[in-house]
Amino acid sequence: MLEGLRGYRLIVGMWIRSTMTYRTSFVLTTFGQAAITLLDFVAIYIMFSHVDALGGFVLPEIALLYGSCSASLGLADLLLGNTDRIGARIRDGSLDTMLVRPVPVLAQVAADRFALRRLGRIGQGVGVMGWAVWTLDVDWTVGKVLLVPVMVLAGAAIFGAVMVAGAAFQFVSGDAAEVQNSFTYGGCTMLQYPPTVFAKDLLRGVTFIVPLAFVNWLPALYVLGRPDPLGLPGWVAYLSPLVAFVVFLPASLAWRAGGRSYRSTGS
Amino acid sequence: MQNGALRAAGLYPAVAAGGFRRYATYGTATAAGVFTNTVFGFIVAYTYIALWDERPGLGGYDQAQALTFVWVSQSLLAAAALIGGGFQEELQERIRTGDVAVDLYRPADLQLWWLAADLGRAGFQLLGRGVLPLVAGALAFPLALPVDPVRWLLFLVSVLLALVVSFALRYMVGLVAFWLMDGAGINVMATVASIFFSGMLLPLTVFPGGFGELVRILPWAAMLQVPMDVLLGEHAGAGGAAAALGFQAGWALVLLGTGRLLQSAATRKVVVQGG
Repeated sequence: MLEGLRGYRLIVGMWIRSTMTYRTSFVLTTFGQAAITLLDFVAIYIMFSHVDALGGFVLPEIALLYGSCSASLGLADLLLGNTDRIGARIRDGSLDTMLVRPVPVLAQVAADRFALRRLGRIGQGVGVMGWAVWTLDVDWTVGKVLLVPVMVLAGAAIFGAVMVAGAAFQFVSGDAAEVQNSFTYGGCTMLQYPPTVFAKDLLRGVTFIVPLAFVNWLPALYVLGRPDPLGLPGWVAYLSPLVAFVVFLPASLAWRAGGRSYRSTGS
Repeated sequence: MQNGALRAAGLYPAVAAGGFRRYATYGTATAAGVFTNTVFGFIVAYTYIALWDERPGLGGYDQAQALTFVWVSQSLLAAAALIGGGFQEELQERIRTGDVAVDLYRPADLQLWWLAADLGRAGFQLLGRGVLPLVAGALAFPLALPVDPVRWLLFLVSVLLALVVSFALRYMVGLVAFWLMDGAGINVMATVASIFFSGMLLPLTVFPGGFGELVRILPWAAMLQVPMDVLLGEHAGAGGAAAALGFQAGWALVLLGTGRLLQSAATRKVVVQGG
């Protein structure tokens, strides 16, 4: 564990120095990353130039959903996002060189091409969330105030578990990074809209099977004082950290199983 | 000279076929892409239902047309490289390493070479990643797909023009690597523009006021909004179709021409560096 973190830190440091070689490009990509993700919100904003509410939710409420999920995904993406490159590394055989290094493979894969520009997504997510918290007329309690940062961190951990599980899946499937993307990026696209917009079966799937609803829906519904469409009690809002911890178990088991099944391409 | 022309007539189709085959080898990646496009299709479709429930007829579409917009967008996404992908990173890498000098010595036109390869890629992705998400969408939601074969034919022509416009823009993005040694920043900015101004996020007819009018005449509109409107029958009659396709063809010519100017400026730069 410790050597993993140390290795991760060293590789990340190397990539940051390498990124800073092209400083203009770094500034442009970080700004671009923020802009690209902010555009999703601009689209929602344009929708609200035609309607007052979407699924019964007003714009600042959706901004809370949007900003928190964007910040969570950005954080997970910064720390673990490049695990999806493992499929390409399996295909071209360069995973072999990682296996002989004295650092856990997961740490190497996670730090691979560490992209500091992803701060852009985190920044815009936190910004939109800040605007939402500022604008919303919420009856703040200590619990609700604490729940907001906990929601972002636990959400990041849940997305992180999905990323590790997705990377493990690529040991079996080969180059299938996009499947992982549909749960992370696709999941975040879904979570930025209120749950009332979606079909009940879809809600059950993202609550009980891949528990994305704990990233932000359940905590945010509690903060906003709205009932969960599936009828879950309010206190489940506080379960996000536990859920994040629990989903890492199958993810890490899958990762180990994937690693054991690995056969080099031999090239 | 005539021999040269004949060789060229066989060369570019061969390059396109190569582009097609190259992407056809990534079976798992294609399957994963179909899965992703379908998942996104479902998510966006539900949000559009919520939106069009509130405002029927928004942007000039009824709900079935709006849902058709969602699913056909997902089908065109990979082919038209609307959220990035395609050849430009490879071109930038060849510029960065200097391999592009070899390409320039070849008895083939650089821009046409990459156009052929990219159309081959797009052709594969239209079939590989385009058909299945649309079928999934049509099974799950009521879509407004036309039954008129002429409309489909016009749509295919419009898609071809969309692919050329998309190529022409990305070719210029690729060439920027001659000046900026690292293309990552400009690539992200190009993707931003493409996602927002093509109609991927929201149909351009929903964009408000003068801003809406502006985005509908920019080249990105030719990459998604126009083919979509041709399919949905928004450009009814021969005049309407001609205007839509003419708009796309006009942008294709302007952008290919600008790319060519940029290319000759860039290749002069190669000679300077080489000497």
